[in-house]
Amino acid sequence: MIEGRNGKWETVIGLEVHAQVVSKAKLFSGAATDFGAEPNTQVSLVDAAFPGMLPVINRFCVAQAVKTGLGLAAEINLASVFERKNYFYPDLPAGYQISQYLQPIVGHGRVNLDMPDGTLREIGITRLHLEQDAGKSLHDQHPGLTYVDLNRAGVALMEIVSEPDLRSAEEAAMYLRKLRSILRYLGTCDGNMEEGSLRCDCNVSVRRPGEPLGTRCEIKNLNSIRYVMQAIDYEAQRQIELIEEGSRVEQQTRLFDVGRGITRPMRSKEEAHDYRYFPDPDLVPLVLDPDWVKQIRLALPELPDDMKARFMSEYGLSADDAGVLVAEKETALFFEQAARGRDAKMAANWVMGDLFGALNRLGIGIGKSPVSAGQLGALIDLIADGTISGRLAKDIFAEMVASGADPAVIVEAKGLRQVTDSAAVGATIDRILATQADKVAEYRAGRDKLYGFFVGQIMRATEGKANPALVNQLLKKKLAG
Amino acid sequence: MSDPALLALNLAEARAGLARKLFSARELTAAYNDAVVEAKPLNAYITPTPERALAMADAADERLALGQALPLDGIPVAIKDLFCTKGVLTTAGSHILDGFHPPYESTVTEKLWRAGAVMLGKTNLDEFAMGSSNTTSWYGPVENPWRRPGDNRPLVPGGSSGGSAAAVAARAALAATGTDTGGSIRQPASFCGIVGLKPTYGRCSRWGVVAYASSLDHPGPMGRTVRDVAILLHAMAGHDAKDSTSAPVPVPDYEAALTGDIRGLRVGVPREYRHEGMRIEIEIAWNDAWEWLREAGAEPVEISLPMTKYALPAYYIIAPAEASSNLARYDGVRFGLRVESDSLEEMYELTRAAGFGAEVRRRVLIGTYALSAGYYDAYYLKAQRVRTLIARDFASAFERVDCILAPTAPSAAFAIGEMSGDPVEMYLNDVFTVPANLAGLPAISVPARLLEGLPIGLQVIGRAFDEETVLRVAQVLESAASFRHLPGFVAGGRS
Repeated sequence: MIEGRNGKWETVIGLEVHAQVVSKAKLFSGAATDFGAEPNTQVSLVDAAFPGMLPVINRFCVAQAVKTGLGLAAEINLASVFERKNYFYPDLPAGYQISQYLQPIVGHGRVNLDMPDGTLREIGITRLHLEQDAGKSLHDQHPGLTYVDLNRAGVALMEIVSEPDLRSAEEAAMYLRKLRSILRYLGTCDGNMEEGSLRCDCNVSVRRPGEPLGTRCEIKNLNSIRYVMQAIDYEAQRQIELIEEGSRVEQQTRLFDVGRGITRPMRSKEEAHDYRYFPDPDLVPLVLDPDWVKQIRLALPELPDDMKARFMSEYGLSADDAGVLVAEKETALFFEQAARGRDAKMAANWVMGDLFGALNRLGIGIGKSPVSAGQLGALIDLIADGTISGRLAKDIFAEMVASGADPAVIVEAKGLRQVTDSAAVGATIDRILATQADKVAEYRAGRDKLYGFFVGQIMRATEGKANPALVNQLLKKKLAG
Repeated sequence: MSDPALLALNLAEARAGLARKLFSARELTAAYNDAVVEAKPLNAYITPTPERALAMADAADERLALGQALPLDGIPVAIKDLFCTKGVLTTAGSHILDGFHPPYESTVTEKLWRAGAVMLGKTNLDEFAMGSSNTTSWYGPVENPWRRPGDNRPLVPGGSSGGSAAAVAARAALAATGTDTGGSIRQPASFCGIVGLKPTYGRCSRWGVVAYASSLDHPGPMGRTVRDVAILLHAMAGHDAKDSTSAPVPVPDYEAALTGDIRGLRVGVPREYRHEGMRIEIEIAWNDAWEWLREAGAEPVEISLPMTKYALPAYYIIAPAEASSNLARYDGVRFGLRVESDSLEEMYELTRAAGFGAEVRRRVLIGTYALSAGYYDAYYLKAQRVRTLIARDFASAFERVDCILAPTAPSAAFAIGEMSGDPVEMYLNDVFTVPANLAGLPAISVPARLLEGLPIGLQVIGRAFDEETVLRVAQVLESAASFRHLPGFVAGGRS
């Protein structure tokens, strides 16, 4: 809810996400899809729309769309139709984009959001369809000319359309993160917004709570979650101010100006393109074999919601911890490898604490972690079998981050093995107590606080290697006299 | 053999002569190269390729000498300039494809070359195959080698495969490829007194053929006899993974289907084709043909195709709609003509205005209109429903008959310029041919007789992928008609 000049307003948001399909080849041509290749090196004659060239559907891209649909708990349409969306632009070589319009490959589905208050919000998916990406117009290569790079032309995209179920910029961000997480778990989109593999159009309107939907504006082509949030907040505020001033919101397509943090009009409803959709006569309707869909369903990987539930039941993690660990597939896999057969809560704490801290400092993702899951597991094993103390483990972990070495190697090299020999520890305690006779007397007179001082002195003398439990046991006995 | 004697051979005869080494592929090809030059006034070719033809003939001769002959070794054919040919100018009869040398070879022509055929050149056509008279080409009209007795005005060869038809009729090609979107193989075949077959949709790959209306475009063979066309089709047909609408079905031996035996075959005669502005002589020719088939043991059956009258209007919605989208790629950005301007919009406008002729512009406008928001349902969608009903008409007819006999065109060839005033009058030329395109069915035109000194053809339409019956019946008609007339002009002379 947003507080206006005279009462509360509700923002209503629906998102259209364009997710680039993970595939070696384009949707209708055999050309490769590598990001960052030299301009116009990933282009077939089909992509460049040479006369007489014909599209042939890439089966793998279809499988990826079906997989994504299943991951969104959506209906899979066994018959769908590719249509032509006609408009002229130099980076659209054929003068039309092959897309799906009236009959998409995937119908209604849902994405679950775990709200901060612990409740679950279900966001409806209206549809998912397959379409081609366009090429790229380069306006900055020459003062008077526009260059065209067709590497991206024909790359497969999934357009995933949500219901207008989102109510704030924060919710939109949560939805995008969750959707991206699902896509990454499925391996159907790498979700990399900087490289443009995930782009978002936002439909935003405002209304008084309980009233019918207001007039919406569409903000095109946002390529970061931060921009999505900024654009929604700005746009909602703009619409509220318009209505409160007594004017109306005009249905528009708008662009987000990243530099100024504002949205500005691109075209109005009257100027909207007439895309003249019609079924592409070069392609036959896409008909899926139900058994093939079933095989894809059976081969689906575990998705974040299921994994979270399992982490809670199998490892006894809290909902919050499990939620954090499953947000990224790589983190979840890392955790599980480190935790399996060990104290899972301890593993979770290490991953979310020291490991996340180290990765943040280094500014890298878990995929590039200098400490492997196996190494973290080995560290936990050393704690569990008493070889090192928890305190020493922190130092060893820091060393692991710095050098990438195995914990056992560090322990041996630096002689950090815990001292568990009670005679040796006892001798050290005796020596300390002998040099601190006055403090011993004070302690025995009732100054309990001094206990910690003795422990500190002993640990310093043993360079932290004395087994803390053993120190406690012997110290108490000796102080008791 | 003398050049005129070589040129007088049909494809099957030339194939036999080459096999028996009565002449070489080089001799045959050289005779045709000369014929192409001699026939130049007809304007049937846009780009002759004589050197390439001789090189291909020499390669064929080597294989023939080694006894490793391919099915079409040394057979000189003409290629409609809608088929992309690697490194050879491909124009679609349009200014907008100026200088376009495709870096690829269409599937159909590739198959012909792999079968040993020799390319004589690229033949003229209506611009982007839009027309029934071959007068809309940027490269000028093609003349029919036939003339009306006592009237020296040049006649149209029909269209859009008019260059191919004129070349075959004038003996400036032994056979040719064509494409048929609304009658563009059959109508020029009828006007030029040759045989033209539109195969089933999906039988011959469209890959590498410049698109006019994708769901209606059918590549197919044109030749002097039904057998020639059967031989050529065998080499052109077959599934192509690069064309999603290509049918994964085996290609039968079409020559083997020419048994001459049509006893017991039920031949449908559609009632509705009688009153479509047809000249009485054409009706007589049709009745004669009915009689010939009866004499050969077939059983004529009157059938009804009630949706026929809607076929032409539906065609002239669907074809332009698809064309308006297919031709969007000619934008001056990547190939062909570009008229420079400082603004992108203006570059598009100037390029397309200069590059497209009047008929192409008309169809692009009609198609754009038919697909526009608010009109789509009334035009495009309704036309598609009509198309479904027409296919249903044929399906129910084919429950009772094995093939259908009909006229090919409502008239014989007309004079160049005689009909261009009213586009709708021109569109009526397609009235008998369009239904088979809408239904995707195989249909052939065979010369039946002369009408006031000009050839007219009859059409046999068959079930989907049953080209064999179509060819068999056509050959029976061909024998019965024994059409031996020659046009006023033939290369090598009419001796």
